[in-house]
Amino acid sequence: MDKIRESLLKKSIASKIERRGKIISLICLALIVSVVFLIFYFVASRGLATFFKNHINLWQFLSGTQWNPGTMGTNGQPAVGALPMIVGSFLITILSALIATPFAIGTAVFMTEISPRRGAKILRPVTELLVGIPSVVYGFIGLQVVVPFVRNTFGGSGYGILSGTFVLFVMILPTVTSMSADALNAVPRYYREASLALGATRWQTIYKVVLRAAIPGMLTAIVFGMARAFGEALAVQMVIGNATLLPHNLVSPASTLTSILTMGIGNTVMGSLQNNALWSLAMILLLMSLVFNLAIRYIGRKGKLNHER
Amino acid sequence: MNAKRIDKIATGVLYGVAALVVIILVALLGFILIEGVPKISWHFLTSPALAFEAGGGIGIQLFNSFYLLFLALLISLPISLGAGIYLNEYAPQNTVTGLIRTTIEILSSLPSVVVGLFGYLFFVVQFKLGFSILSGSFALTVFNLPILTRSIEEALANISNDQREAGYALGLSRWETVTKIVVPAALPSIITGVVLSAGRIFGEAAALIYTAGQSAPALDFSDWNPFNISSPLSPLRPAETLAVHIWKINSEGIMPDAKAVSAGSSAVLIIAVLLFNFLARWLGKRLYKHLTAE
Repeated sequence: MDKIRESLLKKSIASKIERRGKIISLICLALIVSVVFLIFYFVASRGLATFFKNHINLWQFLSGTQWNPGTMGTNGQPAVGALPMIVGSFLITILSALIATPFAIGTAVFMTEISPRRGAKILRPVTELLVGIPSVVYGFIGLQVVVPFVRNTFGGSGYGILSGTFVLFVMILPTVTSMSADALNAVPRYYREASLALGATRWQTIYKVVLRAAIPGMLTAIVFGMARAFGEALAVQMVIGNATLLPHNLVSPASTLTSILTMGIGNTVMGSLQNNALWSLAMILLLMSLVFNLAIRYIGRKGKLNHER
Repeated sequence: MNAKRIDKIATGVLYGVAALVVIILVALLGFILIEGVPKISWHFLTSPALAFEAGGGIGIQLFNSFYLLFLALLISLPISLGAGIYLNEYAPQNTVTGLIRTTIEILSSLPSVVVGLFGYLFFVVQFKLGFSILSGSFALTVFNLPILTRSIEEALANISNDQREAGYALGLSRWETVTKIVVPAALPSIITGVVLSAGRIFGEAAALIYTAGQSAPALDFSDWNPFNISSPLSPLRPAETLAVHIWKINSEGIMPDAKAVSAGSSAVLIIAVLLFNFLARWLGKRLYKHLTAE
């Protein structure tokens, strides 16, 4: 009798396996989440040391134009002005997004509205393939093709914001195009039919109906491309010239946050001001990628509201 | 100008834009393949790199790339499978789950250079692993986890609930249903996701510069004991990959035939990415046919 009672009250093997499986999968998820917090903690602990341990003024760091952390600047403080890099990063991001947007949206409209068959057969596979091309390959092409082209056409050494912009333009073009095409494809078919039934031409339908309905999706695509451009390190580092000066024109050597980081981290001693200042740059990168993320979420939520209305 | 003419003009402009983009993209691929493919030879693919003279190969770098890829997938696949299963099968629909999804999304949007720097601080310095295969594969794991988790979660979500209900009706527990029914049914899309992420890892460089290092010491390919430092399998040796190699020889400029070597390496990288893409599609289709007998 007791045996039966015991076997009935004891947990079955199946329920033990169930429990174990649930815990294992939860641990996996917890591991990923903790990695994110570790990244933020480690980068912030180094990046904030510049301000708390080395007592650099935050405003001076963001607005200073001299970057040479090992030496003293003209004001007797260590020269840790990050403005040239911040300006460089934002300039190439905005410029490349500005150039890429019309091309990407034009191609996406062509793929979805004008010639869907050719779009699906040729354009879509090619763009999706190009999304996967490694960034060093873009950098190498930039070095071989874009830099000489800029040097011969606009003068200067060829290294600078303009070359960086061109390389990033080609790099984010496939991403923005394929995401915009997804946004256009998501516009319901009856929107187009209703517009055509009212006697609108194809262009009027595209311009007045389809594009407007797809605005949130396309904005997401553009912000996504900008985030990629902002965080790109090696391709930009190879063509921008890496001079920590405020760029006076588009063809003079400049630098970005990522390019100075990749060059500098290996050549500085852990814990020194030179090193901490670089980690502060990394912290700016981290914060900006959060901002892009928030922007994408905000646009997504707004877009949903518009569709429901 | 009437509406019809504007329509014609706009259509023409759109044709032009699309053509221009196609030209840019095709020229890009063409440039690499035309410059690079003639450089590829058996000697180029197998011999070690030479720093100061022309005629070196990419043998060690190529091996390192594959080895790192293999280790990174080995670590990240079980973790993301577990996380994907929890997110799709167990997690309740509430704020906490939403927050967890947001954190994973943030991880996937971090610039790869930041992931590399974190790997440098955490694995190389904190855990004293040094510039090594191990640090590199951990960094790549961090880089790969969010993408793979996302694609596995999607693959699981696409399996219809009928399959789960059938499992419960047979008296299986949730975990057994997931491991014996849902995951096998989702296998084709999971494998497609894994191979596509492999293509991304293979070309990654920024996350590896300060984790796997920028040097490729000579390897003894007759010694397969992982505990010897010159063995190809040793996890504690520094390992420059193909993508890092391209970056390094271009920014240092010591190698006399840097251009030819990088052209050849770029072509190898692109062909590898192409192969990964085709493999992903083919494997997915093949497995789907095999499993569903359609």
